[in-house]
Amino acid sequence: MIRDITIGQYYQTKSALHSLDPRTKLIGVLVYLVSLFLFNSISVYIIATIFLVSVIILSRVPLSYILKGMKSMVFILLLTVIFNIFLTPGVPVFTFWKFRVTKEGLIIAGYTAIRLLYLIVGSSLLTFTTTPNNLTDGLESLMKPLRAFRVPVHEVAMMMSIALRFIPILLDETDKIMKAQQARGADFEHGNILRRAKSLVPILVPLFVSAFRRANDLAMAMEARCYRGGDGRSKMKPLKYKAQDITAFITLAVYFAAVIAAGRISPI
Amino acid sequence: MSFIINHLSHIYGEKTTLEVKALDDVSMKIADGEFIGLIGHTGSGKSTFVQHLNGLMKATSGQILYNGEDIYDKSYDRVKLRYHVGLVFQYPEHQLFEESVFKDVCFGPKNMGLSEKEAELKAYEALKKVKLPDEYFYVSPFDLSGGQKRRVAIAGVLAMQPDVLILDEPTAGLDPTGRDEILELIKELHEGGKTIILVSHSMDDVANYVERLLVMNRGKLVMDSSPGEVFRRFRELQGMGLAAPEVTYIMHKLNVFELPVNIRATTIDEAADSIMSLFKGGATGAR
Repeated sequence: MIRDITIGQYYQTKSALHSLDPRTKLIGVLVYLVSLFLFNSISVYIIATIFLVSVIILSRVPLSYILKGMKSMVFILLLTVIFNIFLTPGVPVFTFWKFRVTKEGLIIAGYTAIRLLYLIVGSSLLTFTTTPNNLTDGLESLMKPLRAFRVPVHEVAMMMSIALRFIPILLDETDKIMKAQQARGADFEHGNILRRAKSLVPILVPLFVSAFRRANDLAMAMEARCYRGGDGRSKMKPLKYKAQDITAFITLAVYFAAVIAAGRISPI
Repeated sequence: MSFIINHLSHIYGEKTTLEVKALDDVSMKIADGEFIGLIGHTGSGKSTFVQHLNGLMKATSGQILYNGEDIYDKSYDRVKLRYHVGLVFQYPEHQLFEESVFKDVCFGPKNMGLSEKEAELKAYEALKKVKLPDEYFYVSPFDLSGGQKRRVAIAGVLAMQPDVLILDEPTAGLDPTGRDEILELIKELHEGGKTIILVSHSMDDVANYVERLLVMNRGKLVMDSSPGEVFRRFRELQGMGLAAPEVTYIMHKLNVFELPVNIRATTIDEAADSIMSLFKGGATGAR
């Protein structure tokens, strides 16, 4: 049910990936995403697959746990596949009624599905292996140059980490609210769309009330501890690149070079 | 016979690193009209257990019979079960959503498919039962005090006229007066013929009211008898992070000095009687 949503959550375990510097992982994800969109050739996808699978193995996050998080994405994935299959012009493979399925459509649909899937898995591996605190520190450190353009880097990073931290709390709360309303005979599973949409009101109102209350409490707690933003704020555990980060960067560079080489040699 | 619970187990996150046995082979019988207290430390499985009784959670193994029918039967209507087994959760904030108290209490009866008029009648009765003053009926439930919110939450479930009423920590976060008022209210509901299950981690709460006490620890049902019997084993309770009522400790201390007091006294009145009778010269104490 609602507890099964694992996207954006941290998975507690010890692995090579968990102990990497968050900045390394952030750059890694960025490079990986770029590499997915640079070329459209099978060889590149093969390399990307090998890379992703080895990272998953390194992360020691169970595959079943990762796939559970993908469940909620199936709908979006299906939608893009269907649109691509039917709406791409080209050589028709077969037609029925008013729809025409083309060879190009099938190929593009396949590529898009793989891209989307790898994109989601790749970026969720970042959150699976990095605590929200670490992630914020990493983001803040990487975005530092933007301060020259008056971007409130620390505040943005803090907002992101609070948002991430609140995902499981609010999910848990939703679960409790749903149960409390079900105990009063509420039914969320039956009826037409209009009725089901209406049945969301008893969930959403308490959820919003509670979210505002929590936000208020958190603001108070931060203020009580004299939080005043990023200026002059020091860190208890400053980020430091270690030997393993250098290894990771070299691996990443090799991977990216391989992708470019493969993309150039076999464009399809 | 209300409930027969047969070897009920519930495992969270089965086959992952986070596997937890929330309920471990729990069996019991609950008769009509009983007033039961369910106590246990945080995470002992007491909340999980009561959510099984109205079919909100499904057991990993085991069965529950309500009035002789297996609630896990395919043909069994678990939504209807919730009209008969009312469960009031710990935080009223999780269920209040309407613009007025009265409308909110109508939510349950309306879900049962009652007409507007019938639903309003049931809501009115329920609000009267929980003794909420009339002037609050059309106030937003969010403007009420903690104790009043809890009354409204209880009314919201009572309005469905359940036969069994389960209350999960109904006194948490209330001041002593608010706590006593809610407990008195629950007692009155029991006297009105309802089966009550009161979930709590406060011994003093339950000691004064319940007739039967269940103690849970790490998903297991470890004790099931009268409050007096349970509190006599206060050393075991302490091992589970629970405490007996203050009275129990006093009586046991007196007993150490070989004063023949009733060490099974669980309420202040019982204890006072027992001590007073000592002064009157009648050694009716340690039974």
